[in-house]
Amino acid sequence: MIDLTINGRAVQFDGDPEMPLLWFLRDEAGMTGTKFGCGIAMCGACTVQVDGEPVRSCQTPVGSVTGQDITTIEAAEQDRIGAALQAAWVENQVPQCGYCQSGQIMQAMALLAETIEPTDADIDAAMSGNICRCATYSRIRAAIHRAAETLRA
Amino acid sequence: MTRHHSSTSFALSRRQLLAGIGAGSFALAVGTGGRLALAQELADKAADAASLFEPNAFIRIDTDGQVTVVSSYLEMGQGTFTGLATLAADELDADPAQVRVEAAPADASRYTNPFLASIGFAVQGTGGSSAMAGAWNQMRQAAAGARAMLLSAAARDWDVDAAELSVEAGRIRHAASGREDGFGAFVATATTLTVPRQVTVKDPSEFRLIGGHFPRVDVPAKVNGSAIYTQDIKLDNMLVAVIAHPPRLWSTVRSVDAAAALEIPGVQYVVEVPAGAAYQGGVAVLARNTWVAAQGRDALDIDWDESLGLTTSTAQIFERYRALAEQPGNVSVEKGTILDKVPEGGHVIEATFEQPFLAHAAMEPMNCVVHIREDGVEVWNGEQWHTADQGAIAAAMGIEPGQVTINQLYAGGSFGRRANPFSDYVLEALAIARAAREQGHTGPVKMVWLREDDTQALQYRPATVHKVRLVLRSDGEIGSLQWRAVGQSFFPVPEGGTDALLVEGASDFAYRTGALLVDQHLANDQRLPVQWMRSVGHTHTNVVGETIIDEAARLVGRDAYEYRYDLLSDHPRQQATLKLAADKAGWGTPLAPGADGDRRARGIAVRESFGTVVAQVAELTLHADGSYTVDRVVCAVDCGYAINPDIVKAQMEGGIGFGLSFLRQEITLEDGQIQQSNFHDYPVLRMNAMPVTEVHIVPSGEAPTGVGEPGVPPIGPAVLNALAALIGSYARTLPLGDSVSLT
Amino acid sequence: MKLLRLVAVLAVLCVIAAGGLLAWGWLAPTGPEPEPPFAGLPADMPAGMSRGEYLAKAADCVACHTAKGGEPYAGGLPFHLPFGTIYATNLTPDDETGIGALSADDFVRAVREGVGSQGHLYPAMPYTSYAKLSRDDVLVIRDFLMTLTPVHAVTPKSDLDFPFDQRWGMAFWNAAFFREERFRPDPGASQQVNRGEYLATALGHCGECHTPRNIGFAMQSRDYLAGTEVEGWKAYNTTSDTTYGVGGWTDAQLKGYLWRGHAPGRSSAAGPMAEVVEYSLQNLSESDIDALVAYMRKVEPATGEDNVAVNIDPAAVAASTPLRSGGDNPAYLRGERLFQGDCAGCHQYNGVGRQTDFAALSGSRAVNDPSGTALVQVLLNGTEITVQGRHQFMPGFARSYSNADVAAVANYVLSHFGDTEGKVDAGQVETARSGQAALR
Ligand code: FES
Ligand code: FES
Repeated sequence: MIDLTINGRAVQFDGDPEMPLLWFLRDEAGMTGTKFGCGIAMCGACTVQVDGEPVRSCQTPVGSVTGQDITTIEAAEQDRIGAALQAAWVENQVPQCGYCQSGQIMQAMALLAETIEPTDADIDAAMSGNICRCATYSRIRAAIHRAAETLRA
Repeated sequence: MTRHHSSTSFALSRRQLLAGIGAGSFALAVGTGGRLALAQELADKAADAASLFEPNAFIRIDTDGQVTVVSSYLEMGQGTFTGLATLAADELDADPAQVRVEAAPADASRYTNPFLASIGFAVQGTGGSSAMAGAWNQMRQAAAGARAMLLSAAARDWDVDAAELSVEAGRIRHAASGREDGFGAFVATATTLTVPRQVTVKDPSEFRLIGGHFPRVDVPAKVNGSAIYTQDIKLDNMLVAVIAHPPRLWSTVRSVDAAAALEIPGVQYVVEVPAGAAYQGGVAVLARNTWVAAQGRDALDIDWDESLGLTTSTAQIFERYRALAEQPGNVSVEKGTILDKVPEGGHVIEATFEQPFLAHAAMEPMNCVVHIREDGVEVWNGEQWHTADQGAIAAAMGIEPGQVTINQLYAGGSFGRRANPFSDYVLEALAIARAAREQGHTGPVKMVWLREDDTQALQYRPATVHKVRLVLRSDGEIGSLQWRAVGQSFFPVPEGGTDALLVEGASDFAYRTGALLVDQHLANDQRLPVQWMRSVGHTHTNVVGETIIDEAARLVGRDAYEYRYDLLSDHPRQQATLKLAADKAGWGTPLAPGADGDRRARGIAVRESFGTVVAQVAELTLHADGSYTVDRVVCAVDCGYAINPDIVKAQMEGGIGFGLSFLRQEITLEDGQIQQSNFHDYPVLRMNAMPVTEVHIVPSGEAPTGVGEPGVPPIGPAVLNALAALIGSYARTLPLGDSVSLT
Repeated sequence: MKLLRLVAVLAVLCVIAAGGLLAWGWLAPTGPEPEPPFAGLPADMPAGMSRGEYLAKAADCVACHTAKGGEPYAGGLPFHLPFGTIYATNLTPDDETGIGALSADDFVRAVREGVGSQGHLYPAMPYTSYAKLSRDDVLVIRDFLMTLTPVHAVTPKSDLDFPFDQRWGMAFWNAAFFREERFRPDPGASQQVNRGEYLATALGHCGECHTPRNIGFAMQSRDYLAGTEVEGWKAYNTTSDTTYGVGGWTDAQLKGYLWRGHAPGRSSAAGPMAEVVEYSLQNLSESDIDALVAYMRKVEPATGEDNVAVNIDPAAVAASTPLRSGGDNPAYLRGERLFQGDCAGCHQYNGVGRQTDFAALSGSRAVNDPSGTALVQVLLNGTEITVQGRHQFMPGFARSYSNADVAAVANYVLSHFGDTEGKVDAGQVETARSGQAALR
């Protein structure tokens, strides 16, 4: 039996510990906000946080995160930074197809948790692993700066 | 061991989705929060006709005053839902907050795309950047009709003259009596009225929302993970199918040993899927969980019969194209007399361009949910080509199109891929569902292509070879242009025929030319099918057209912008757009110097496509090691009346990013096998390579034209022209990679 | 899989022509048969494995005797050598194409003396190491192989240029460089160390890759395990040298690396070594791994020719967080840009890595080796390993990266994670690229 804490809730899974967290979340736990894009940690669409660090859930065996705090997009709004980012995302009208955006926000949450005043270079360093095929990058950048600003205020 | 844990099923999606499934057609609807509406709620309302005012196929208003705009178009990121909502809300004088958008079912009788029909595809579909152009009149009329009826109803209820009524933010007022109420109050009466034959739509001077800021209706759900895509569908008794396609294209299954796959806990069925005309088929593994199905797929031991397999390589394809490019082809356009000799004091550019196959690589890999039932088929799909897919499914099943229900969902990108003219992936999903049904599975099947499957499952932007000969007279005028294109068409073309899409951008070459001869060779290969990609023929023709014109300017010693402007004398819109881009980019002024060893330059390009003109100026830095970065792109766009200026800007930004990816991408084939598989070998633009973008919209009172595609064509040549300004030569072959040789 | 520099054999033949070593080689004593406890099976034999399978795994037969995508042990893996191609033989008990018809004596002779049914084997087959094995152990392995399902798979005929196609020529090579000598325990060392040595030398044949070879392609004994280049990768210095070898590693690190492919804070096995861990080492019992570790502690330190000192605490890494890079050297901008997009999601900037321990880069030899030899291989071809049922991999970037791109990323990584100035250039990447293409 695998014990997990997802968005503050205790969840158990009696299955293959090698199953990537992504597929556990999506197909077993019914939480489809975390997206599948590549399956090889190259796109960031599946990003969730494990103990505050951004993790590609498609390459994270569900058995390897027992006892750790898993946060997904579904709980982003309960987080001060997550809520600020979501608001900034709306304000900047970031999403196009939207498919990558859960991952983008989860990655950006980790960045702002590390630094409340990221430079453009910091944003490039932290966010370039997250592909947006619609190329909403300029708006993501603007929204991160905006969220950081509101958080500093 | 994999067991399916039910107590953790938070079932957000299920609760919201399943409710309506049994009740008939399921609809994706986004409301004020951008969330999905409860399908049951919609169904209930539909059942109670009196509570719902539905004057036409595009607008519904309920007693709460909620306005539902029905979109016959797919929302794949291009902002169509919002555009439609804006048109309807403005014409209704509704409050944006009371408007939501619902995806239309596939229904040829009501939702055929007027633009696609005009070019010969009488389908309900999304493509050709046509949604806003098509909806501009259609949706405004629909809304104006609804508004007129609501006003009539109010006049009747209050017993006043309709002419004395005004509407603002979804409320109807009678100034004289001080009466005021929301739309919902008049629904009951409105449903009894007849739909007016003639309606007048607003004059643009009366617009309140159109041309202003109307927040995207889909954004709230797309920032909290609640937006539902095909990938997210989970239905009762649904199985996920992952398919093993033949590694060598079009090989067939000789035999399959599924023992190891079936031993994996959770794997339920293994089915053989014979190839169809447009899809490869193979062997599919079905399980409740995608990962389990994928594990099962990988555990299959398949003996492929490669006797029918493709053995082609891209190298051979290009060799053949190059040879064809040397022979006269079928003529698309011929005007004037081509100059065989270069006039005295003149110049000639002779060049052969090669551009590769490209994959669409939408963020959401292709997928489709199919449920075959006794009485028909129900499909859940990011549906871009509704009635074509509906018809294809009906034909495959031997049933009537009306028995095929298509539930349209958000698509995680598409770039044209989901509008396959032969319904490739949809029919493959159907074939899997049929095979599973034969084995006893009666529930729905969600076919999921993993990224590798998506990359390798054909339907690419065609590879092309273009050969041009441009003769310049001593006065700098283009004496003649010969342009030969070699590639594939999306549809079979009769012997001797031509494909307009292969040479769009060439046959209507906008610059003043003395003589123009465009001919082409179609090297159609049905076994390597190709498909339109965002901006279609312009993806490759504009690289040719806009770099040779740049080179021509250079040869005759003219400024690249001024020369273009001059030669575009027959196209004032293009001139104006080009000028706006050049002015805003500071064309002609020196660029800020780069770091040590860096050199910087601008490049410019323009293109009219899908009725929209886009001009872009790229600022580029060439580093000492030959690598380059595109730092800034200034873009000007004339798309007629900009319904949602912010969405226009977003689409230009996205088009620039999409087009920049071409500089590093290619799909290659070796001995019948696709060589690329995922984002490590098929790179796409990432944040740190995204230039600063600046979009300027040409003010226009003309009817709107589309913006989904036209942002793409200019960026590639703009970058190549900037590079040429620094290194003196123009790239003729893509992909370029992220560096050039400086030796 | 190994020993691709047979080209030197040519030189050997010249040596032989002049030499009178033949008699000495033939007459030297082989020594007594090794015996348990240093030979044979460990006391804590893992369950679910036969004795023969265990030893076959310890000797890593399968790695070479399985073609890509082919049946295990059915041979066919090509060894592309500069003067032609040879193929691993079929070890399944098929009478016609495998070892079914081979007598026990013939089998032992093939394994320990390098003499097969068609004559002398090429020393791509490490009989030079297997000579140390006990006859019993060889026979136990044979017993296991005889239980396999026979696979009818004709070993492709080797395709060598003259004079390398003359198998008898190997007799001369053997005379010069091969001494058929059984393993001899060191009476002064513990039983554990002796067992470790038997595992490392007779069975595991570590030296075949990790010891530089002389001009005649024979292991250079004075540089035993001092590291060399193999198949375009690096087999690193695994002597107890504290600067260049593994002398500075803790027991836990050594054990983790050998047994599970990852040494926390140090390297992860990649490329050919990942295969060794996957097919061989992870299957060994804990006592055997401990024995290997104990033995490695005793290997004489050696500097070797081309060595890598590892900086386990580079400044840029120390200044970084998982998401923010502490180093910003403009010289590496291009490499950094590629790293940001394609690599940082797993490897991150602070050297710790995410999703899997294998993504940790700090302390890894590959990112400290200014030649970038292994790094270039990993970048081009990726690497993968399945340990304890978990598949770990990194994709290769050969198709999307130009040679200059690979060099740029490699040099950035060397600078950031190794604090060392990388010497990788596009030409080297091209050589690695074409070298790997030739191997395929
Ligand atoms: S799906 Fe996990 S990184 Fe792409
Ligand atoms: S919004 Fe479409 S992939 Fe990012």
